[in-house]
Amino acid sequence: MTGNTTMKLILHVWRQQKRSTAADFKQDGRMVRYELDGVSPDMSFLEMLDVLNERLIRKGEEPIVFDHDCREGICGSCSLMIDGEPHGPQSGTTTCQLHMRSFRDGAEIWIEPWRAKAFPVVKDLMVDRSAFDRVVQAGAFISVNTGVSQDANAIPVPKADADRAFDAATCIGCGACVAACKNASAMLFVGAKVSHFLHLPQGRVERETRARNLVAAMDKEGFGNCTNQNECEAACPKEIPVRVIAEMNREFLRAKAVEEPPSKKRVGGDG
Amino acid sequence: MKLDSKIPSGAIHEKWSNRKFELKLVNPANKRKYKVLVVGSGLAGASAAASLAELGYQVECFCFQDSPRRAHSIAAQGGINAAKNYRNDGDSVYRLFYDTVKGGDFRAREANVYRLAELSVNIIDQAVAQGVPFAREYGGLLDNRSFGGAQVSRTFYARGQTGQQLLLGAYAALSRQIGQRAVKMFPRTEMLDVVVVDGHAKGIVVRDLQTGEIRTHAADAVVLCTGGYGNVFYLSTNAKNCNVTATWRAHRRGAGFANPCYTQIHPTCIPVSGDHQSKLTLMSESLRNDGRVWVPLKKGDKRKAADIPDNERDYYLERKYPSFGNLAPRDIASRAAMTVCDEGRGIGDTGLGVYLDFRDSIQRLGKDAIAARYGNLFHMYAKITAEDPYSQPMRIFPAVHYTMGGLWVDYDLQSTIPGLFVCGEANFSDHGANRLGASALMQGLADGYFVIPYTIGGYLAGQKPGSVDGKRPEFAQAAANVAEMTKRLLGIKGKRTVDDFHRTLGKIMWSKCGMARSEKGLREAIAAIQALRGEFWQDVRVLGDGMTINQSLEKAGRVADFLEFGELMCRDALERRESCGGHFRDEWQDDGEARRDDQNFCHAAVWEHKGAPKDAVRHQEQLHFENVHLAVRSYK
Ligand SMILES: Cc1cc2nc3c(=O)[nH]c(=O)nc-3n(C[C@H](O)[C@H](O)[C@H](O)COP(=O)(O)OP(=O)(O)OC[C@H]3O[C@@H](n4cnc5c(N)ncnc54)[C@H](O)[C@@H]3O)c2cc1C
Ligand code: SF4
Ligand code: FES
Repeated sequence: MTGNTTMKLILHVWRQQKRSTAADFKQDGRMVRYELDGVSPDMSFLEMLDVLNERLIRKGEEPIVFDHDCREGICGSCSLMIDGEPHGPQSGTTTCQLHMRSFRDGAEIWIEPWRAKAFPVVKDLMVDRSAFDRVVQAGAFISVNTGVSQDANAIPVPKADADRAFDAATCIGCGACVAACKNASAMLFVGAKVSHFLHLPQGRVERETRARNLVAAMDKEGFGNCTNQNECEAACPKEIPVRVIAEMNREFLRAKAVEEPPSKKRVGGDG
Repeated sequence: MKLDSKIPSGAIHEKWSNRKFELKLVNPANKRKYKVLVVGSGLAGASAAASLAELGYQVECFCFQDSPRRAHSIAAQGGINAAKNYRNDGDSVYRLFYDTVKGGDFRAREANVYRLAELSVNIIDQAVAQGVPFAREYGGLLDNRSFGGAQVSRTFYARGQTGQQLLLGAYAALSRQIGQRAVKMFPRTEMLDVVVVDGHAKGIVVRDLQTGEIRTHAADAVVLCTGGYGNVFYLSTNAKNCNVTATWRAHRRGAGFANPCYTQIHPTCIPVSGDHQSKLTLMSESLRNDGRVWVPLKKGDKRKAADIPDNERDYYLERKYPSFGNLAPRDIASRAAMTVCDEGRGIGDTGLGVYLDFRDSIQRLGKDAIAARYGNLFHMYAKITAEDPYSQPMRIFPAVHYTMGGLWVDYDLQSTIPGLFVCGEANFSDHGANRLGASALMQGLADGYFVIPYTIGGYLAGQKPGSVDGKRPEFAQAAANVAEMTKRLLGIKGKRTVDDFHRTLGKIMWSKCGMARSEKGLREAIAAIQALRGEFWQDVRVLGDGMTINQSLEKAGRVADFLEFGELMCRDALERRESCGGHFRDEWQDDGEARRDDQNFCHAAVWEHKGAPKDAVRHQEQLHFENVHLAVRSYK
């Protein structure tokens, strides 16, 4: 535990009243400077913003809008570019798990929303990440209806495969990878989906359709291409490895090589 | 209020089959003519919405997060129970049933609990088929761990993030249906009322959180899967935005609220660090598989943990409950922690903490084995406290975690409003007065995947599809009420922030309706809450307008409901003049052990709304124990 000392900070926060419209989204809002004292090093970054918000309300100013929910690094709600880094300076950490002890007293901190064409700003620091949901809807699933499955131990899965699937499945869908990428590419997120299912026997049945559909959906949403900068891996709070991107590329090429099925109807249930 | 539990006939193991056979079926070709609204996208909601759509119903699903994947279920850590008996250690459906009834301190309905145990095995099959990456052994088969209140290993897990992996499975199933246009998804949308037409739930009122638009949705039935109300305490392990609004507003429309005083205080959470604290973080119960709980034997011993020799440590759970030891159920472990802290033996700056120590298991199994089991939890702990749990014991303390109370439902999961079904933590059904670890995930998924798809058909078969349209005056009236409340909250323009009120309420609840309750304290709490509620409606400050995202406005509506609900909770606690499970009354105890009163309280208390919490009427559903015989719960 840290002692009773408190910190004083200068914050520059992106304030934007209305949803982004212009392609040049930096026109829709502005940075506003706030001074904040009495910050405890034991506070999380979001608790620090809570304190600022309470003070703003008392002064009659509208509080800063930001997404958050679990506050323990698992729901993927929180975001924030902190001094130009998604989720701030600490690796493997979401903004809600970042503590003020990572900053020094008197620090000046710049706080902005994720910036990407596919993630329009909703208000202040909140963005619209529904593009991720639509990509998932295109095929990041195994087509199995409720109630038709066999015994869970019927198909053994080698531990190494299960672990590899798991490592990819830990993605929390926060979007930091997109925000970190100069091309606003979603390859790490989508690659994580592909990799998760690829390493499980249950997931391999639909590998071709999945690879095709996910890549098509990702392009349609306006995410950029991958030029191997690896910024995504460095920013990812769950440390999803870039190998998933290589896996996805391989799966996509493989799917292209395998002939398209006669009916282009997506493999799915009976809806 | 009529409480017909609709428990099917037959022996306990035949009841669910009997019920499934009795229920009327909806002809497959007719299913698409019925519309069902599912509010919530956690384990219960996502599984229900996906399964109902697979059957062919038209489904609309709602959540207030920006994506259905972010529902609070995502945060569950430790695991999910199932009576698979893969360990060959004596588990069975009957044993899981028995453990759950006993763990719930004989305050749950036997028939429901048996069905839950029966369905538990199907959940694991379903999840594996969806690609949920549960932990496996080297042979490629599924691994298990132990949880509190059980002497068998029946908990399936996915490192420390079982909730996220199970929810992603259900979310994937839901997403597949959304992609096929069988489910229409409404994220960032908050349900603010149920529309009741001719006594049946036929729709909801929602507010689009981005545009502020207030809309109604009409349907043939409504399913609430809106989670628990632990945040009435302000500080809890729940996600920040969890709230009671959906169930409370349904209650105001006529749905009975059962056992609101049953809340679970989890023994292993990270202690509060200061006034700025916005939520508490759980350290999964699974840690008690390998961690030993202790405090110094001597009062006020301020030495570092490592400097206290073994013979000056009190491993009090092992001492008091030798057969369950560190895996005593949550209510018992929490109270034991409180007792040692009350004795002045608590650790840390505040004296409100106990140690959870991994020294011995690290010596026995090695650091790597412990890291493989709990790595992400240790990591989380280190981040929050800046202490290394590999080299010094964790400091932990009890915190509000789960709510066993909820809307009353019959065996079909239907509330007292016909057509309004309730699944997951939002209902009161299966855990009685105390929930065993790893049983909430099981219940949410059993309800959503395997119960509601059958039972809702029984209701719908008796309804003409689309019989009520949104033009009925009840819809406009309900929407106008919601608009009026929004306007009122924005118009008060007082001085105190919403969080300020919420924190004050939380302190009242924690000190008087938390770990231990007394007649005097509860009466004081009721008066204090009433006064606070009055002040709220005079002095709350909600800035901005209702036309863009306004998080203070959202919170204000939720806190307004907590301020009513908290009073009902205290009244329920006051009227339950016994101690059972998570409800501990100072007046009813034997040396710190709960004293149940089966003569007078072997029932679920179900509250009927009559205009204000103080006027609510208490009804009873008598509970019958025909299989697991009423006995004093002992873990010694
Ligand atoms: C930290 C933590 C760890 C846990 N670990 C475990 C564990 O290891 N094992 C276990 O069995 N249980 C565990 N639990 C308990 C378990 O996670 C929950 O009880 C369970 O996930 C609840 O699921 P649910 O579907 O009922 O509700 P939730 O997951 O809470 O979902 C509620 C949904 O309803 C929506 N909603 C709510 N109100 C409204 C409204 N008014 N309008 C629109 N939408 C609304 C929300 O958006 C959300 O989608 C844990 C709980 C916590 C807090
Ligand atoms: S891959 Fe990492 S950064 Fe990208 S969404 Fe997933 S968790 Fe976030
Ligand atoms: S708030 Fe859930 S990950 Fe940060």
